[in-house]
Amino acid sequence: MLQTAPHPADAAAAPRPATAPVLRLAGVSKSFPGVKALSGVSLELFAGQVTALVGENGAGKSTVVKILTGIYRPDAGGIEVAGSPVRFAAARDAAAAGITAIHQETVLFDELSVAENIFLGHAPRGRFGLIDRPAMRREAAAILARIGARIDPRMPLKDLGIASRHLVAIARALSVDARVVIMDEPTAALSQTEIEELYDLVERLKAEGRAILFISHKFDEVFRIADRYTVFRDGEHVGSGLIAEVSEDDLVRMMVGRSVDQIFPARAHRIGDEVLRVRDFCHATEFDRIGFTLRRGEVLGFYGLVGAGRSELMQAVFGITRPASGTVEVDGRPVTIRAPGDAIAAGIVYVPEDRGKQGTVAGLPIFQNVTLPSLSRTSRNGFLRLAREFALARQYAGRLDLRAAALDQDVGNLSGGNQQKVVIAKWLATKPRVIILDEPTKGIDIGSKAAVHAFMAELAAEGLAVVMVSSEIPEVLGMSDRVIVMREGLIAAELSGADLTPETLVRHAAGIGAAQGAAT
Amino acid sequence: MSGVLKSREALLVAVIAALLAVIASRFPSFVTPGNLARVLNDTAPLIILAVGQALVILTRCIDLSVAANLALTGMVCAMLNVAMPGLPVAAILALAMTMGACLGALNGLLVWKLSIPPIVVTLGTMTIFRGLIFVISDGTWINAHQMSPAFTGFPRTVILGLPVLAWIALAVAALFLLVVARAPLGRAFYAVGGNPHAAVYAGLNVGRTQFWAFVISGTLAGLTGYLWVARYSIAYVDIAGGFELEVVAACVIGGISIAGGAGTVLGAVLGALFLGIVKNALPVVGISPFWQLAISGSAIVIAVAFNARARRAKGRIILRRAEAAP
Repeated sequence: MLQTAPHPADAAAAPRPATAPVLRLAGVSKSFPGVKALSGVSLELFAGQVTALVGENGAGKSTVVKILTGIYRPDAGGIEVAGSPVRFAAARDAAAAGITAIHQETVLFDELSVAENIFLGHAPRGRFGLIDRPAMRREAAAILARIGARIDPRMPLKDLGIASRHLVAIARALSVDARVVIMDEPTAALSQTEIEELYDLVERLKAEGRAILFISHKFDEVFRIADRYTVFRDGEHVGSGLIAEVSEDDLVRMMVGRSVDQIFPARAHRIGDEVLRVRDFCHATEFDRIGFTLRRGEVLGFYGLVGAGRSELMQAVFGITRPASGTVEVDGRPVTIRAPGDAIAAGIVYVPEDRGKQGTVAGLPIFQNVTLPSLSRTSRNGFLRLAREFALARQYAGRLDLRAAALDQDVGNLSGGNQQKVVIAKWLATKPRVIILDEPTKGIDIGSKAAVHAFMAELAAEGLAVVMVSSEIPEVLGMSDRVIVMREGLIAAELSGADLTPETLVRHAAGIGAAQGAAT
Repeated sequence: MSGVLKSREALLVAVIAALLAVIASRFPSFVTPGNLARVLNDTAPLIILAVGQALVILTRCIDLSVAANLALTGMVCAMLNVAMPGLPVAAILALAMTMGACLGALNGLLVWKLSIPPIVVTLGTMTIFRGLIFVISDGTWINAHQMSPAFTGFPRTVILGLPVLAWIALAVAALFLLVVARAPLGRAFYAVGGNPHAAVYAGLNVGRTQFWAFVISGTLAGLTGYLWVARYSIAYVDIAGGFELEVVAACVIGGISIAGGAGTVLGAVLGALFLGIVKNALPVVGISPFWQLAISGSAIVIAVAFNARARRAKGRIILRRAEAAP
């Protein structure tokens, strides 16, 4: 079934000076329409060692994982396993070559037992090709014992907590004889003690001679468990080496140091009176004690790692979810926001991150998408006035330079950038005081990006107050007057002026010690 | 030409015209104005219910309780007529619609407030409503001679060549064509069904929108309940048994997407007319009415295949030559 190759378990138990890598990527490139996700990256993994892959959001880490697991095929470059080139036509080939991944959100089946989850698709077979349940249970118990998990393999998965599910996912990954284990932000959903248990597990896998690719945003864990590092930036390989020979500052510099090739629009910084004040927003699980203010004409950036609670906070401000406590004031007057309709009425609008899912209604024409939140203004005596709807849509489509054949065209047929313009037009048509943009340029082409940036500057110049949630450092630095950095649901820092540097942003977001600015 | 055929409504009109032409070539009497009026009148309950069902399906729900609602409301109207023969028809109409609306609101509240899947809710209420008919009627029939002439006469009154029943179906269709095209609620039906997440972000209340769709569907079912019982002059537990599936079929044939957010009221009306013509033509042509089920079923499968094709063709055209070719 497997090609013959030195079995990893034969290797010496302790990490030893690497000779030949178990897995090597060389010159791998991958493009998607409008985006170059990877250009000529290399990556080497060694038996019995943990290699940390670090990089900002959008550096290409997830794309690499998908190439390694056979989900994407690279446009150029090659993969070598134990020295011989391989080509993965499908996920099954990667599994057969001994590469397995534990994903951020693992796909497991609630109604099946733990053992069935572990062995789904490759269960031990008995007579007549039927599943040998006792053998499956025995083997599942053995794997669970090996990773130190005290879980009964007969339990239904739905009865397990998040941490135990994670262990089941790991057991599933190890149920195929894996020589390469990829862990994609494995600690994101775990509590502190569970993280410690995971570290123990990683040590055990190392001792068994497996090569581990550990993807993490958290510097403390990178320095705690990794032997080597590889840094990606904007889809390119920036550096790699031994963790022992690198400092946190070096890694931060490699992650963010870039040539500024994006031009941001000049901003008129005419900042007026306070429009929005959010006080003491708390939520049971997602954020705590958040307060901030926003003035007319200001662009307030919210930076943080994915999962820092920024979108969750904005959704609570907008009324999609309810915070446990906290108040919102618009123009100094408290407003009660129970549903998005209340926020829209108070002049707060939210342009969500996921356009396809949360932004446009495919199947409805462009003009009806634009007027959806403004129906009360485009109707009279309970009847919609199509002429007024068209006029409103035409006005904002013109302002945003929307490229469409006709305004009654189905919005689903537009390009991503133009759909984003429809979403923004929809919100501007409500004449808001405060506009919250969640990752406004994520996944759109460079040209549309520049247009969105120019437009944001224009809006701020007109006196609109803008909140921009963004994970792209150049965008945060290029557009914001002030930046709030969130980490793990809390405000980590509020930065402006000279404090706004790529290094300070990354340090606060990743929680690196005392965040002193310029490390020379 | 291809643009015209792309519209489901135009396609259905063409199919219905072709169907009538084929029947007329052998049985000219089928297409006389009098007979067509009779067919329209026969199809009226299906049209009224299909309009309500179309709105529900547009919001990504389904209402399987319409026929049971019809039967329960019809039974209540008939019993009321027996108890109070003097009650004017206007009062009975108002009562039937109010009661239907309440039954629909029950569906809507369960879907909205308890987030139970609509198919489960309406399957449950369908059974409950049927059970209630048995409870209130003791399983007995109410026959023509027990009903007052005014009660049974209303839907049959002929105005300008058409019975009131048919006029009501046309009025309902016209009203909801207008509502869907021009009322904010109609727009909300499409938005909620097309993309519930985006609808939430646009400030629409998804649950409440679905609730109103159920209330409308229930109101129309209640209205049809009285009209049905009065027209056929009989009320018993099993009237309109299984009719809900014919209603859903009319919507699907009419191009209402089961996935929500796509289709028009006009399409649903045409879908109902298509089924009505098939049903009425079969005995004339000399085919056993039992074939009607097979034909309706085939029409549904073909319609769904068409729906799927239409959606697939919606992808973006990337190849230049593909744009020039088709």
